Amino acid sequence: MGLTHALIEAQGLAIGYHDRPLADGIDLTVNPGEVLVLLGPNGAGKTTLLRTVLGLLPPIAGSITLLGQDLSRLSRSAIARTVAMVPQSLAPPFSFTARDVVLMARTARLGPFASPGPTDERVVEDALARLGIPHLAERAVTELSGGQRQLVLIARALAQQAPALILDEPTASLDWGNRLRLLDVLERLAADGLGMILSTHEPDHATRLATTVMTIDAQGNVWQGSPAEALDLRRLAALYGLDPAQIDRRHQDRNQSISVARVPSSGTYP
Amino acid sequence: MTDYLETEVRSYRFSRSKAVIPGLLFLGLGASLLLGATIGPYPLAPHKVVSLMAARIVGVIDPSPEATVLFNIRLPRVTAAALVGAALAGAGAAYQTIFRNPLVSPDILGVSADAGLGAALGILWSLPLIIIQLMGFVGGLMTVSLVVLVATMVRGRDDVLVMVLTGLALGALAGAGIAAVKVLADPERQLPAITFWLLGSLAGAKTNDVLLAGLPWLVGLSLLVLLRWRIGVMAMGEDEARALGIETKQLRVIVILSSTLITASAVSISGIIGWVGLMVPHMARLLVGARFDRLLPASVMLGAMFLILVDTAARSLASVEVPLGILTALLGAPVFIWLLSWGRPQWA
Repeated sequence: MGLTHALIEAQGLAIGYHDRPLADGIDLTVNPGEVLVLLGPNGAGKTTLLRTVLGLLPPIAGSITLLGQDLSRLSRSAIARTVAMVPQSLAPPFSFTARDVVLMARTARLGPFASPGPTDERVVEDALARLGIPHLAERAVTELSGGQRQLVLIARALAQQAPALILDEPTASLDWGNRLRLLDVLERLAADGLGMILSTHEPDHATRLATTVMTIDAQGNVWQGSPAEALDLRRLAALYGLDPAQIDRRHQDRNQSISVARVPSSGTYP
Repeated sequence: MTDYLETEVRSYRFSRSKAVIPGLLFLGLGASLLLGATIGPYPLAPHKVVSLMAARIVGVIDPSPEATVLFNIRLPRVTAAALVGAALAGAGAAYQTIFRNPLVSPDILGVSADAGLGAALGILWSLPLIIIQLMGFVGGLMTVSLVVLVATMVRGRDDVLVMVLTGLALGALAGAGIAAVKVLADPERQLPAITFWLLGSLAGAKTNDVLLAGLPWLVGLSLLVLLRWRIGVMAMGEDEARALGIETKQLRVIVILSSTLITASAVSISGIIGWVGLMVPHMARLLVGARFDRLLPASVMLGAMFLILVDTAARSLASVEVPLGILTALLGAPVFIWLLSWGRPQWA
């Protein structure tokens, strides 16, 4: 079959706004089953990079391709069929049910005047079942907890049936238990062959999920490497502007939490 | 296991209510049409209404006074009420969804007032109805554009509030314009017409006006109906809707044009009738949920039904006809306050 294209590929990317560039010279590649974890302090440009890769914000320079096709030439629905987004939070102004929200994933596969049909309903049921939340289907998302909303958003991304996922701090609003459950879910999805870019504030996630880690610091310096290299104390300290001794103390606690996270879970979700 | 059972039971209940509620709305709309045609200074029995209409459909021209009352007075008025109610409620549901704002409606965004100013000028200059409609549409469109522009410029504050307050300011501006028109108007001929019309009334609704407003109404509403699924996705917000595959800029323009068109066509028939566009979509949401593809038809039917009933009350409660706008305000203002205070947890 010759060359297969990467799911997501960017070259010489400069991100930000014309009056406020955040980082440049970014190259990245995501293939099926690979997870790129983005680390960096608040405001460094993690969300901006994710929005740029989704085509929601034009790059200042450089190129992005999805499955070998130039992002800037693709329609919104063509992009949505390749990359699904999991936003930081779900806060619709009206009380949509979880099923309504997940059903919206089918939009990119519908004609301009069409509404979802039985096939779409089945895809939605499957996505809800895969995340263990069929019992939430008829609940209003405005009444769900943060963790449940996050699962609904991931179910929506799955129902989009795109080969790549982009997740913006998916664990930010979750309690400790739900964080671990969500990491399990993401691990399974990567094992099923989905490619992912995921931004997070927790370097632990790098060790559990990442194929590659990318860091962006407050000055816009970009670094890429293996998870083991990324978790180097001095590197993390420099990234977040900390004293290495501070991290050292915390890192020991973290080792404990990682060992807890490795205990197999029962496979049920809230 | 119990979870599974519960899901089964729930989805069963839901699939039933999905079919039942539109059916009930349809029946309710038919019943209120019949009721509106029956009640008045010259009462017609419901079976008489039905038999007269059946005869007319078959092509029999009945010269009796009953037929004259029904076809020249009662039916144009009931149809006008249905058209206006459907337009305001449909536009309200669309505005609320694309602006992600439960507190907006044609009147709160200032669209009605500016369409009203356009129409008042039309009366002042004795222009033909089609020009009045056009002026109403342009006035309304300028207002929505300004509201959206201001809300974009002051982003970062509470969007919901900024939009409501901007609409209020522009509505007040239109009010000043209308006051100026009133001062200039001929106090014998034009002033009573303008005043009564600004309070909202269907007393002057004639068959020709309804037919003339019917075309833009049909075009605008058809577009909303065709795009119903995509409009619903816009409620997720700009970035999410785009990530889900919607070209949001195009869609927003089409939805604003359509909603403003149907609002202007309603205003050209009835004058300014407030509160319907705010209140009815919320009532419909309680019945069918937030999904726009269900909310739009429910709002349109409920809006038509609501305005037929209110108009029937307006012309039969007292010996003098009560302006419609007064009745809808009596019903709508408490609902607005309720939304502000208790409704918030549902949508915030």
